[in-house]
Amino acid sequence: MSLLAIDDLAIGAGELSLVDGVSLSVEPGEVVALVGESGSGKSLTALSIMGLLADGLQRRRGSIHFDGADLTQLDDEQLRSLRGSELAMIFQEPVSSLNPLAPVGAQVAESLIVHGRASVDGANREAVEMLRRVGIPEPERRARQLPTELSGGMCQRVMIAAALISRPRLLIADEPTTALDVTIQAQILALMSELAEEANTAILLITHDMGVVAELADQVCVMYGGRVVEQAPVEALFAAPRHPYTSMLLKTIPRLDEEPKQELFAIKGNVPSPHDWPAGCRFRTRCDRAMEQCAERPFMSGQVHRVACHHALGGDL
Amino acid sequence: MSPLLQINDLKVHFPVRTGRFGGNQSVVKAVDGVSISIDENETVAIVGESGCGKSTMGNAVLGLARVTKGRIEFQGKDLATLDATGRRHVWRDLQVVFQDPVSALNPRRTIAESIAEPLQIHGYERAQIKARVDELMGLVGLNPDQRDRRPGALSGGQRQRVVIARALALSPKLIICDEPVSALDVSIQSQILNLLMRLQRELGLSYLFIAHDLSVVRHIADRVAVMYLGMVVEEGPAATVFANPVHPYTEALLSAIPLPDPSLRHSRKRIVLEGDLPSPMKPPAGCPFVTRCPVVEPACGDARPPLEEISPMHFVRCRVRAPSPVVTKI
Repeated sequence: MSLLAIDDLAIGAGELSLVDGVSLSVEPGEVVALVGESGSGKSLTALSIMGLLADGLQRRRGSIHFDGADLTQLDDEQLRSLRGSELAMIFQEPVSSLNPLAPVGAQVAESLIVHGRASVDGANREAVEMLRRVGIPEPERRARQLPTELSGGMCQRVMIAAALISRPRLLIADEPTTALDVTIQAQILALMSELAEEANTAILLITHDMGVVAELADQVCVMYGGRVVEQAPVEALFAAPRHPYTSMLLKTIPRLDEEPKQELFAIKGNVPSPHDWPAGCRFRTRCDRAMEQCAERPFMSGQVHRVACHHALGGDL
Repeated sequence: MSPLLQINDLKVHFPVRTGRFGGNQSVVKAVDGVSISIDENETVAIVGESGCGKSTMGNAVLGLARVTKGRIEFQGKDLATLDATGRRHVWRDLQVVFQDPVSALNPRRTIAESIAEPLQIHGYERAQIKARVDELMGLVGLNPDQRDRRPGALSGGQRQRVVIARALALSPKLIICDEPVSALDVSIQSQILNLLMRLQRELGLSYLFIAHDLSVVRHIADRVAVMYLGMVVEEGPAATVFANPVHPYTEALLSAIPLPDPSLRHSRKRIVLEGDLPSPMKPPAGCPFVTRCPVVEPACGDARPPLEEISPMHFVRCRVRAPSPVVTKI
């Protein structure tokens, strides 16, 4: 049984449909990347797992099973007991996600205390240990400091420590390194994969950076316009992308082995806002393979490598 | 021929108050002795992580940060000594494109009004302005039908095109591009980079390109300067620096780029630096990189190493990798 199974999830706001029929699963210990550009619905999908959709956004249909239980059927109390223990999340902006008025050690210890897993003293000791594990120098002293006294990279380590201290079975990481510098990003990615492997924690990694995906993920789900358009093991996705969007997205990244100053491959048009999504395939207005049939919605097909496209690259598999 | 922009030993130091009641004065050396030049039709990239001083340097050229010491010459004129008229002339030839097109545009103005603004300030006539705005919109790939739309109705990529059109309005020679694509979606970044490269070919522009994304910089730059804690630690032709980085910081920076190729995940040699950037208020003595350097030697903390030319036009500030030639007094 999958650790997390999302089936046909749809999220909307008023008249607008923002996430439309997303299905994906995460196995224990697996790193699944959810990739997409702004407005693709990747962050909404993640927030709905945590039951943290903002006011005005509603889940319209679909189920989210975690460890066999449907999260959408749980009440607030039951969800709260899962959050911070079995399920944890880290966000893009570590500085604004931490409480500026509480010492970081106490923030790391909090989930243990709230969930009654340790005494205050015990939790504080574990927090210092966890801060040491995520590579914070002088953890005893740092634990007493406020987030404003720490750098951005250190705050992200604190967030990771707070998320992992209760040994969650699923960590949702929403753009965990986007706000960080590249040398710090390398540290954080290495740390996440090491800690996850050690505790067999599964990770749902939300990102727009194909480099980060290639670095960390086992499975990849590519989203466009509120839908999953391709799903595959990481090697297969990069070696032979089947959806024209995935293929074009990979081609637009300037590579370190290509001739500089040449024109880069570019996808035409703009990332459409949900108001302007076309009927049928939502990528068809930017796709160079689009044809008449694309006005009808393509559904996901395939077994291991799944794609939603009427004329996927590589033909029918 | 003298370069278009010549920066000589630039220092930008900010006084800051620290301590609980702001009683202690100290100084942030945001830029601490940087020399860089840009020729016509050339792209020079400044790379480095947050806090290295790259944006402050751009701001100093634009007159947005007070120069503590050093000279900035544009077209042979010292910017510090210009009067108001002189400065107005310079602003025709020197423009800027910032990272965030949302905050760079007035949300209440139409696109045409935003693009027309520099033309109005410089006294163009109405009919001229309309024709020039249409021309500029075409140049950056905007449909002139969109002239009366407001920024809120545009996507991020389109807004950045508006900002670029406005920067081009007075036909500048040099555009300072401060992270021009980092706020844009991945599928849009390459469109904007292509636009910048095409404009350079067509109009003979020069760019001072400030960025943290090394794959982008490698693609667009002729020369690159790597900054760390307010200093240039390596500078050279982009092809040389990327193929053959010599400073241990440049090496680590390049090895940290996540490559979009999962098959390299295990084979790739990666240098993961320990620790964070030191506070620019308390930079280490000697070499700025001494606290995180994987090849550090005890003597590195003694004195700041000079920028040595190790091959033609390739400069490195490292006493281990680029030792100074020993000068013997006779």
